[in-house]
Amino acid sequence: MTRFILPLIAFAVLIPVLMIGLTRNPNELPSPLLQKPAPIFELPSLTDPAQTVGSASYAKQMVLINVWATWCPGCRQEHGFLLELAEESAVPIFGLNWRDNRPDALRWLQTLGDPYVASAYDEDGRVGIDWGVYGAPETFLVDADGIVIHKHIAPLTREIWERDFVPLINEHGGNK
Amino acid sequence: MKILVAFCLTVAAALPAVAIDTGQAFEDPELQARYEKIISEVRCLKCQNQTIKDSNAFLAGDLRREIRNMIAEGKSDAEIADFLVARYGEFALYRPRVTGKTLFLWIAPGIFLLGGAIVLWRILQRRMTMPIDDESPEEA
Repeated sequence: MTRFILPLIAFAVLIPVLMIGLTRNPNELPSPLLQKPAPIFELPSLTDPAQTVGSASYAKQMVLINVWATWCPGCRQEHGFLLELAEESAVPIFGLNWRDNRPDALRWLQTLGDPYVASAYDEDGRVGIDWGVYGAPETFLVDADGIVIHKHIAPLTREIWERDFVPLINEHGGNK
Repeated sequence: MKILVAFCLTVAAALPAVAIDTGQAFEDPELQARYEKIISEVRCLKCQNQTIKDSNAFLAGDLRREIRNMIAEGKSDAEIADFLVARYGEFALYRPRVTGKTLFLWIAPGIFLLGGAIVLWRILQRRMTMPIDDESPEEA
């Protein structure tokens, strides 16, 4: 009898394990940056190459860092929501324009609207690597102490914002 | 048939032409060998079943560039692995380091092998104690 029961038990254990595996999205990797200090960076501003945008631009306040590029369809998808968010939320949005080219990126902001306080221009992707970026759009929530408290991969929507970001922002006191 | 063989050989001979990472990164063959070994063991996060050596995603190119720079700066393999893990997690390494989190990955093949050996041993033992009562059909 055991020759049937043992394989049956093994099968019964394996099926739920594999089923859980199926429900997970392999493109959403947990970020090792979570609960750690956000990478320090300084890059030329997208809109004005003579200016710099970086960690110093948002010190001591809670911010969103949104990684975007004009070649990224998901960024186009979330753009409308980012504009709404920039209007209504107390948390400023900084852009990290990743591996893009300046004329395209500027045209994008002119035609679609600019939700960003400022965008850093990461032409060669060096800063993107420090942030562990592997696919735009990615959105980081950094608290006033400069700690990364959340990372969202894929386009941001109101639903995700209210579910994942708002509770964390309230918990950390938001911006006074 | 000959034409098919000739065609296959031509395609095979042309394969190096589509290699992703062309050109020598280092003059020193020792550094070049190290570089190639590292990039063949780092996952391209954008195209997860490829290494950054095989991938032409720009992220893979960026990571190759960073690794090249780190080797040129004299960083050790362990320091380069730390750099990647700090940014992308253990998942970035095709040869994960032995830590509490990855220990099971390392010992699982041994567990499965041992399990298989036990099952095999028990089956063989049972067979050996069975009486040999069948006669070959030729003799019957």
